[in-house]
Amino acid sequence: MTTVDPTNTTHVDPNAVSLTINGKSVSARKGDLIIAAADKANEFIPRFCYHPRMAPAGMCRQCLVEVEGPRGPMMVVSCMTPVAEGQVVRTETEQVKKAQEGVLELLLANHPLDCPVCDKGGECPLQDQAFSHGPGESRYVEEKRHYEKPIAISDNVFLDRERCILCDRCTRFADEVAGDALISFTSRGNNTQVMTFPDEPFSSYFSGNTVQICPVGALTAKPYRFKARPWDLDQVESTCTTCSVGCRTVVQSSRDELVRYQGVDIDPVNWGWLCDKGRFNFEAINSEDRLSTPYLKDAHGNHVATTWSSALETAARMIRTSLATSPESVAIIGGARGTNEDAFAWAQLADAIGVDQRDAQLADGLPAEVFSLAQATIDEAMAAQTIILLAPDLKEELPVLHLRIRDVAQKRKAKVVEITSRPTGLTPSAWKSVMVEPGKAASTIRAGLDQSILKQIGSGTVSVVVGRMNLAESAESVVLALAEILHVAPQAKVLPVLRRGNVRGAITAGLTPQRGAADTAEILALAAAGKIDTLVLLGSDPLSDVPDADLARRGLAGARNIISIDTFMTPSTSQADVVLPAAAYGEKNGTTTNLEGRISNIAQKITPAGTARPDWMIAVELASALGKDLGLGSVEDVTAKLAKTVAQFAPAADTKALRHDGVVMNRLTPITLNRAEAPANDRNSYDYRIVSFRKLYDSGISTAKSPSLVTLAIGATVVVHPLDLDRIGVQAGAHVQVIGEKATVVLPVSTSEDVLRGTAWLPFNQPGNDAREMFDVNATVVDVRIEKLS
Amino acid sequence: MSSYPHAPGFVAGDRPKVVTSRFEYTDSFTIDRYLATDGYTAIRKALSKPAAEVHDEVKGATVLGRGGAGFPAGTKWGLTPQNVWPRYLVVNGDESEPGTYKDRLLMERDPHQLIEGCLIACYAAGLSQCFLYIRGEMALAQERVATALNEAYAAGYVGKNVLGSKFSVDIVLHWGAGAYVVGEETALIESLEGNRGMPRLKPPFFPAANGLYGQPTIVNNVETLANLPWLINNGVEAYTAIGTKTSPGTRMVAVSGHVKRPGVYEIINGITTFRDLLYGEEFCGGIRNGNSLKAFVPGGGSAPWFTPDQLDLPFEASQVGPAGSMLGSGAIMVMDETTDIPAAALTLTHFYAHESCGKCTPCREGGTWLERILTRVVNGTGTDADLQQLIEVGTSICPGDFPHASNEALGLAAVPFPYKMTTICFVGPSAYAPIHSALTLFRSEFEARVTKRITIPVTAVGVAQ
Amino acid sequence: MSRLTDANVVIAKEIIARYPRAKSALIPLLHLSQEQNGYITREAMVQLGELVGVTSAEVYGTATFYEMFRFEPVGKYLINMCGTMSCALMGAGELMHHAEHKLGVKAGGTTDDGMFTLAHAECQAACTEAPTLQVNYRYRFRVTPADFDSLIDDLRAGKLADEIPQHGVLAKVRQRIPADKGVGAVAPEDVTEGPAWLDGKPAL
Ligand SMILES: Cc1cc2nc3c(=O)[nH]c(=O)nc-3n(C[C@H](O)[C@H](O)[C@H](O)COP(=O)(O)O)c2cc1C
Ligand code: SF4
Ligand code: FES
Repeated sequence: MTTVDPTNTTHVDPNAVSLTINGKSVSARKGDLIIAAADKANEFIPRFCYHPRMAPAGMCRQCLVEVEGPRGPMMVVSCMTPVAEGQVVRTETEQVKKAQEGVLELLLANHPLDCPVCDKGGECPLQDQAFSHGPGESRYVEEKRHYEKPIAISDNVFLDRERCILCDRCTRFADEVAGDALISFTSRGNNTQVMTFPDEPFSSYFSGNTVQICPVGALTAKPYRFKARPWDLDQVESTCTTCSVGCRTVVQSSRDELVRYQGVDIDPVNWGWLCDKGRFNFEAINSEDRLSTPYLKDAHGNHVATTWSSALETAARMIRTSLATSPESVAIIGGARGTNEDAFAWAQLADAIGVDQRDAQLADGLPAEVFSLAQATIDEAMAAQTIILLAPDLKEELPVLHLRIRDVAQKRKAKVVEITSRPTGLTPSAWKSVMVEPGKAASTIRAGLDQSILKQIGSGTVSVVVGRMNLAESAESVVLALAEILHVAPQAKVLPVLRRGNVRGAITAGLTPQRGAADTAEILALAAAGKIDTLVLLGSDPLSDVPDADLARRGLAGARNIISIDTFMTPSTSQADVVLPAAAYGEKNGTTTNLEGRISNIAQKITPAGTARPDWMIAVELASALGKDLGLGSVEDVTAKLAKTVAQFAPAADTKALRHDGVVMNRLTPITLNRAEAPANDRNSYDYRIVSFRKLYDSGISTAKSPSLVTLAIGATVVVHPLDLDRIGVQAGAHVQVIGEKATVVLPVSTSEDVLRGTAWLPFNQPGNDAREMFDVNATVVDVRIEKLS
Repeated sequence: MSSYPHAPGFVAGDRPKVVTSRFEYTDSFTIDRYLATDGYTAIRKALSKPAAEVHDEVKGATVLGRGGAGFPAGTKWGLTPQNVWPRYLVVNGDESEPGTYKDRLLMERDPHQLIEGCLIACYAAGLSQCFLYIRGEMALAQERVATALNEAYAAGYVGKNVLGSKFSVDIVLHWGAGAYVVGEETALIESLEGNRGMPRLKPPFFPAANGLYGQPTIVNNVETLANLPWLINNGVEAYTAIGTKTSPGTRMVAVSGHVKRPGVYEIINGITTFRDLLYGEEFCGGIRNGNSLKAFVPGGGSAPWFTPDQLDLPFEASQVGPAGSMLGSGAIMVMDETTDIPAAALTLTHFYAHESCGKCTPCREGGTWLERILTRVVNGTGTDADLQQLIEVGTSICPGDFPHASNEALGLAAVPFPYKMTTICFVGPSAYAPIHSALTLFRSEFEARVTKRITIPVTAVGVAQ
Repeated sequence: MSRLTDANVVIAKEIIARYPRAKSALIPLLHLSQEQNGYITREAMVQLGELVGVTSAEVYGTATFYEMFRFEPVGKYLINMCGTMSCALMGAGELMHHAEHKLGVKAGGTTDDGMFTLAHAECQAACTEAPTLQVNYRYRFRVTPADFDSLIDDLRAGKLADEIPQHGVLAKVRQRIPADKGVGAVAPEDVTEGPAWLDGKPAL
């Protein structure tokens, strides 16, 4: 703590440092590096290895500058030298220029001259700095280093070691940031090279970041290789909506086709990183399979292309007819994949026609009340002394949030306590991992956590990251466990981690059951019972996403009319009577809300496929076909009305603020959760209790329609503890039958020592036999028997 | 051919023997011999005093580091932040500097003396674990130290509650696997953490504050620590009575190359001159075959070279530095009149280029480049321009004037040590040092090697189809 | 078997336990593995990664940095001929010529019978005894061509088997810390106070 002298009127920041760089006086903070201070002062110092989000390596030696010292000017690397009060830095003296030119000449010595065929040509720091800070001409006449030209180091990344300048950025990233140290420098000295272990590819969910931060064209990404030259690229800044982290991106196109996404460094969210799914799934948007025109189902059940007017007319007629029976016979499922404007326009439409049954979640989320608890932003959650995870494997579901938590854990800035039924990507960084059987989290916490954990929780700030760690376990079960945590840590702030892109925005904009109306599971049950006349699927695919496959199937079969607004012909869409093609990411403007409630813009870069339109526009047109005027003529109108109508969205009125860091939505007055005794949930000793979890790559559309990603889904399997495998009496790799109350599914079985005895892991929504057949949304947990095939 | 004795060289008279006193015994490495010759009395003495007092003695004696930089051990220990735990001792036994040969002898022939030195350091500086990093290629040293440690643990000199006191310390024998650069203290720490042995930048990685596992760490050379038992047993006065005020005590130097009696000698610091050492009857006894001295490397392969002009300099850093070189690791390589200077320089440049860790661009790329150019020159296929290019590349590694010795015949004044550098550690500059010395002092030999070819302008001519 | 034998796994675990962090044991373990197999195999690197809790790529990165680790089998005897300054001044170049001739292989090569691998080496810290060489890291000093010939003949005849073990074996004596005497390694973050003998005083 600093004490401020009351007689001193100017507030003195004890961490402020002032120095001069090239005669300019610059203010910085204690601990800042000279290079960072120079960047802020717009004094560019050339560099290759320095990256502001990683520990400096001081390796390339390009950033040498002169600092006035007691014995005259000293040459230091600006990327590792901290600023000091009164420091005098010069970056442009003869000596410095000579040193920088020397280093650059040496860097170029072994670098091939293949810029014309290199992806990086035109946006290459080496090329640029060779022009601006280079000696002009190389005197290197020796033979250059030779290596096999690009080798695939992973499914999507190629490495050309001849181009590599050994800056340690990719390897540092893999180890320090991603925690997937699957590439390393090998050999020594002049033979040093970046390599994977023989036959062990760099299969990291974050591999694409290395391509982005490689300062030369040594690392290239398969989905972009030879697609475009930098000078043909058109770009716009946007927010990724693949999941709800909401990473800032640059969306780049060439000839009206998406060709690349790059991460943008913003402090509150992604620090420049993206996961590979978010980075490479632009391929899906370019897919030939995109819906590009409306369809109507004919009498034979075939989809026939039609015009927008007839499709909208048909949809309006269906809704009108249903409404004539009762507003309860209409329901809307979905909305979390679109923009805030899309969701709001649909909510406005639903309001206008009195439809209360709407839900942006697909029975795989949490009750909206989690947003009414004391909320934490990502930064606030990371700043806590203890971070409690009652959450899915974030590496699989919200990869960049995983990186943020891993960062604080690795740097020992916070202690991570996870309560989980299965080890996660954060387990190696966690301070404590409490393993609980599904359904037992609440009772375990209630019975008392380990003393050391309680002491840690009791001693300072706490944040709780809460989500669905097991899709075969009910949401209530999670809420009960959360209530227990908040009981021992009443000071805790909550970061809900619902996974779908804009789920928080959609719920807040109104796509959530109104006045106690039915939620998705209930809507489907009503539909199955013949009580839903018109079901609107707003970019949702219940057949793939609702954990209870049987319920989804019966629900869709029972709804008389289905109107589907989507980008692809999904399993659910193919059952629809009216199919309306929606504009996809990159094809529309608007805003999105991430898991912490941060609203930021998304931007259109290309024209929509065929006649596809943004969801909000479809709502407006459908409304008008229903005789309602929503008063929304443009997407800006929608944003403005949203900011005015929904108090939480008020900050979005400042549209300029939405463009970079975004703004955090207004908070609700916090409520407290009631504790309640959880059901005993005892397990029959013959049974296995299912832990079902998502993997990053699954059967979801954005993976399935991206050629570079589709092969990465692991496929459906069941995993048990090796000793349990003995009990079943089969070998790993064999097929077994998994027998649930509702269905029996045949799956290949494998083992892991990490599986809690008596539980079985089933990845969710993987290609192969669908485990969701056995799930029941009404049950707290799902128990099955596993037997040999007879 | 022989496999064992030889070194140390002949040490006549009653010169003080601080670290080599037991070398005369064939069983010098056994615990029995050690105990019979004052062994483990110093640690007993140390344990009877508060740690701070022992530290004061080491400080008072100005025990200069023998690893190369010559920084006083006691002062270095004092640079560690107080009240940060744990703190470690890392013993640098990676001896690989060309010409250097002393630590291996100390480990092979008197391992208990080193162990006792480690104990004293740990006790005095509150170090709770010691890692003894021995160069990988030294199988015998590893064997002798392992045996000695096993004996010392069994006898209660190392481990829990040493000699029944509160002092407890583990000494862990660790060994390298062949990489010169790992001798550099921060690279040594990286290596000890199981990583590639690439140096860290100082600051922020000053080992005293931020060393092994990010904790305060003292890195000391084997010979430095081997001095401590004698110092504690005989006291500061006895220690400082040897040598000079700024360079007290003795130091071990290895003299190799073209002398009559190459060997490792324990000489008096600060006083003994290069002439004493190279020509003195009790040391090397002059140049082989009665030849004349052409040049010598005074302080390990990294050091700029001296010629006969510098023979009368004593082993005193404050004189050798201004004269344009350094004492470094106590390694003198002697070249007589028959020496092919460019070829000799190439052996060293090759060494440093080969041993570059690959971290810093100037060293990784520049070292190999220098080696390639020099190889051409030595092979007689170089050009005049190559000689200039050697200097240009060298200047990219070490901008500004590079140190060299004065030379009367050439009318050269000395450029004092040290140099500026664009690299983290000294490996890069060391690849250039021999070239710079050789080119400065013996340029005519290079010129003679260079075939003076006239460059013929080549016009692009279409290839006849 | 290229993974560590059970007995060596026991030794490996003993070595790991001496370090505050397991990865520190990597180089000693690579030596242990090379001692067992004569070179470092792919399987061994995978296993060592598991033992110390790092990826195989990290093991590989560390292992390939160091000269002594071989990733292909070498001859029974690896002959490292020092060629750095002091040895060069004393005839190392000529000795290398002679050795190549005697063994019928170029530096870097292995004799057809798999007995000898001849290699260039850098300064071996025996400069006063130049020219020097090491056979499986056992020294020979002031080596003349005739000395070299008799060395090879002796090795072929198996006369030096006692003194010179197979490639990969370094110290024949291992450090052993008796359980009742060792202090034991503690992860740095678990050490919160100064050592007992300082009696609560700050160090130095
Ligand atoms: C490239 C390089 C190689 C070095 N090699 C060794 C070495 O082999 N042995 C050694 O003791 N010190 C070596 N040093 C010096 C160490 O960095 C360090 O200064 C020394 O171990 C400290 O011990 P001292 O203070 O007892 O001398 C080397 C330094 C450099 C820059
Ligand atoms: S591949 Fe690129 S990022 Fe990696 S070390 Fe080489 S130049 Fe740097
Ligand atoms: S940017 Fe500073 S050394 Fe590379």
